[in-house]
Amino acid sequence: MSSPETQAAPLVRLVGVEKKLGRQKVLRGVDLEIREGERMVIIGRSGGGKSVLLKHIIALMQPDAGEVWFREHNLAQMNEEQLVVVRKETGMLFQNGALFDSLSVGENVAFPLREKGGISEKVIQSEVERALKIVDLPRQEQKWPSELSGGMRKRVALARAAIAKPALMLYDEPTSGLDPVVSDSINKLMIRLGEELKMTSVIVTHDMVSAREVGDRIAMLHEGRIYCVDEPKVVLESKDPIVHRFVNGISDVSDAIF
Amino acid sequence: MTRYAQELGARFIGMLQMAGQIVFLFWDIMRCLVRYPIRFNLLARQIDFIGAKSVPVVIITGGFIGAVFAAQCEFQFRALGMSSAVGPVVAIAMCRELGPVLCALMIAGRVGSAMAAELATMKITEQIDALRSLAVYPTEYLIVPRFLGMMISLPILVGLAITCGVGAGYFVAVHVLAVPGVYYWNNTEKFTHDKDIWIGVVKGFFFGLIILLVGCHKGLNASQGAEGVGLATTESVVDAFIVVLIANFFFTFLLNAIF
Repeated sequence: MSSPETQAAPLVRLVGVEKKLGRQKVLRGVDLEIREGERMVIIGRSGGGKSVLLKHIIALMQPDAGEVWFREHNLAQMNEEQLVVVRKETGMLFQNGALFDSLSVGENVAFPLREKGGISEKVIQSEVERALKIVDLPRQEQKWPSELSGGMRKRVALARAAIAKPALMLYDEPTSGLDPVVSDSINKLMIRLGEELKMTSVIVTHDMVSAREVGDRIAMLHEGRIYCVDEPKVVLESKDPIVHRFVNGISDVSDAIF
Repeated sequence: MTRYAQELGARFIGMLQMAGQIVFLFWDIMRCLVRYPIRFNLLARQIDFIGAKSVPVVIITGGFIGAVFAAQCEFQFRALGMSSAVGPVVAIAMCRELGPVLCALMIAGRVGSAMAAELATMKITEQIDALRSLAVYPTEYLIVPRFLGMMISLPILVGLAITCGVGAGYFVAVHVLAVPGVYYWNNTEKFTHDKDIWIGVVKGFFFGLIILLVGCHKGLNASQGAEGVGLATTESVVDAFIVVLIANFFFTFLLNAIF
């Protein structure tokens, strides 16, 4: 893993990204560079556009204005079929796992390898077994997504997203709704995947423990723009009132009651 | 009055928008058929769901409609001494209208709604986004197998509905209402032609296309939440019924001119 000081080349570059959903302008000109090999954590208030921003990085959403660069590709100018080629290098863990209901756990995890083609069924089975062991769910291949708890679904989804060893992994609130023990195991998995497979990771989270533990850098999204980007220590100990209030969970709700 | 006109205008624009999106969906399916290999495992699953699992429903629908239609015809024709004309009337009505239309309505209710609900659920639970993130083109993976499954299954189901309707009509007329079987069958053979069967099968093909496009469009464009899934499911059935019935009127004249 490259430390922030090494200033590796950016793998992803967002330039002036704007997005309107309905009448609300969610992103108002986001500029952000994500370096190759780093783990970038994006924090910000609920409904502030973090997940929307994440979906722009993998072009699941297209910006109204601005550019999204992945290596030498401007994703904002590519059509869905051209994007299929680019997405072979990326993986995403969705907030609720987004496992395919019609496929078993084993089939879900094997899905990216089967789609890749040219891999024997024997190799696929052993890779699936290995991936499920890594996420601490051994011998669960035959189960169906509906039989799994929220934490298990997330771990299966993580195995599915990572099994093809993408260059860029996106995590949408990977620890939300999980108990501290499972959250810790997910954090450790994200670090291991980054370090062992040299993956670049972008993690959207509200969980400051996770942000501190996993991030090489933290970017804060505020009012549709990147408010600050820096090392975790700097952001989490910032005296800036907006950052300080968010990081320490200080609300601005008045004392009035219904 | 102005508000009423505005609402009407908005609905009309909405309908045009939907028609445009459906045309694009059809074009996308055609493009995928040319560019990607067919996923035979998914196609087999769809033929099983759309075709094989619809067989009991289609047999019951076709059979009972044929039986009731034969009985009603016989009750009216008896007074004119034309009971042996029941056979060709039932056969032609089943082939040209009742078989394809009723079969299409049953499949819209059973399959079109299920397609809309499944795709809408996949959309709101981000499964379609997950497919895209895994470098799979959703139209190719989700829609093309359903399209092929429908195009293969519905004409066969229409053929089955016609066969059951004609068979049940014969049974009721000959064995229940005592119409002479030889005259019944001779007249049926004499006045029913290949073109009548072709009209039914061709209608079935196009009705299948309508059900598929409406169901998939509703599912893929569902709004968020459980309410969106429910709405997509209901609208897929109602819209498919309306479009099938209107299209049937035009197909009747068009196919009559062609065959």
